[in-house]
Amino acid sequence: MADEVVLLDTWASMFGMRVRIALAEKGVKYEYKEENLWNKSPLLLQMNPIHRKIPVLIHNGKPICESAIIVQYIDEVWNHNPPLMPSDPYERAQARFWVDYIDKKVYDTWRKMWLSSGEEHETWKKELISIFKQLEETLGGKPFYGGDTFGFLDIGLIPFYSWFYTFETHGNFKMEAECPKLVAWAKRCMERETVSKTLPDEKKVHDHVLGMKKALESK
Amino acid sequence: MAKDGEVQLFGVRGSPFAGRVQVALELKGVQYTYFEEDLRNKSDLLLKYNPIHKKVPVLVHNGRPLAESLVILQYIDETWGNHPIFPQHPYHRALARFWSSFIDDKCLPAITKAAFTANKEEREKGSEESLEALQFLENELKHKFFGGESIGIVDIAAGFIAFWLPAIEEAVGLKLLSSEKFPKLSKWSEEYTNHPVVKENLPQRERVVGFFKARYASIVASK
Repeated sequence: MADEVVLLDTWASMFGMRVRIALAEKGVKYEYKEENLWNKSPLLLQMNPIHRKIPVLIHNGKPICESAIIVQYIDEVWNHNPPLMPSDPYERAQARFWVDYIDKKVYDTWRKMWLSSGEEHETWKKELISIFKQLEETLGGKPFYGGDTFGFLDIGLIPFYSWFYTFETHGNFKMEAECPKLVAWAKRCMERETVSKTLPDEKKVHDHVLGMKKALESK
Repeated sequence: MAKDGEVQLFGVRGSPFAGRVQVALELKGVQYTYFEEDLRNKSDLLLKYNPIHKKVPVLVHNGRPLAESLVILQYIDETWGNHPIFPQHPYHRALARFWSSFIDDKCLPAITKAAFTANKEEREKGSEESLEALQFLENELKHKFFGGESIGIVDIAAGFIAFWLPAIEEAVGLKLLSSEKFPKLSKWSEEYTNHPVVKENLPQRERVVGFFKARYASIVASK
């Protein structure tokens, strides 16, 4: 029986990118549906009535929500190589912990920096940089968060690389100066086709964010 | 063998999050040493084992620390295979992860807002959000427990609703989990808190109510 896989997503979403990378890693064919978050489709509202957010993976009519949960689902269903989760339970738990850390910290802090000015803006900017420094420290000397192989935590973080230019421009700092090892890791990930073909152009992301701010301000 | 070896749990008596880990360990009959923390004076060990969040619970297994209760629960289930608390099928596993996160991401913040905010409008908003969240849980409950006929990870995560929410309601004079509005969830609360392993590990109700009363009083006083 052929699998029917549909992804409800928006092109600039870091969370959606995680799912697209995971699907590409496993070679899963799927139908991509771009959502308009100002005018959510009936399908999205039906498939994710609780959070009404993207990404949503619909597998043979059944929805799976929340990007970290979707990536683990993909790894468990299409359990051929490459494995996305570490094989050791402790390493798996650590990967989940750090993806949870990214989810709790990065986007919210960015948003606070984006929508504030003056002293408050500086505070959030420092916080954002310290979060990435922490993530850089966690990487240590490894080529990937998964060790020698690209995995769940790499997938969890790499989409934010397409937003670095946006963070830098809004915050007036350079990620390479603040977190050189992290940027080196990101470039290493970008050598993978699944990543380079998924991540959008950073300038496009920046223009999109500028557009979003204008739209927010006009409401 | 991986599952052998020393297990330590750092918690706080009365913490719903540490409580989750205790229930899982007890269900599986895992021997562990419990360390009671004083959150106003955190131990060096806690700060060493959880430098990022500096919170309880922290599980240490063979000297390796883990934090975040839902992460710990999955680790416990993967390490000690008896009495599984996590489903086998990938779709049901995804749902179990979704609903356990829902408790922490939606239910708890809404309940906290409804009970422990000085601003009346914010409290009312919190109540609305809490009722909406509880309704989602009510709709999701299709068997005796969220885990089916036996308790699973969602039940353990939702322990907050079964025991701590009624204590909050009593402490601040709020009514959210009524049996008229939420018959299934109310019945589930009773079943869950009466489960022998859960019952044995629940904190003393009066202490928990007292804790929430003190918290409420400090919010009101800060107005």
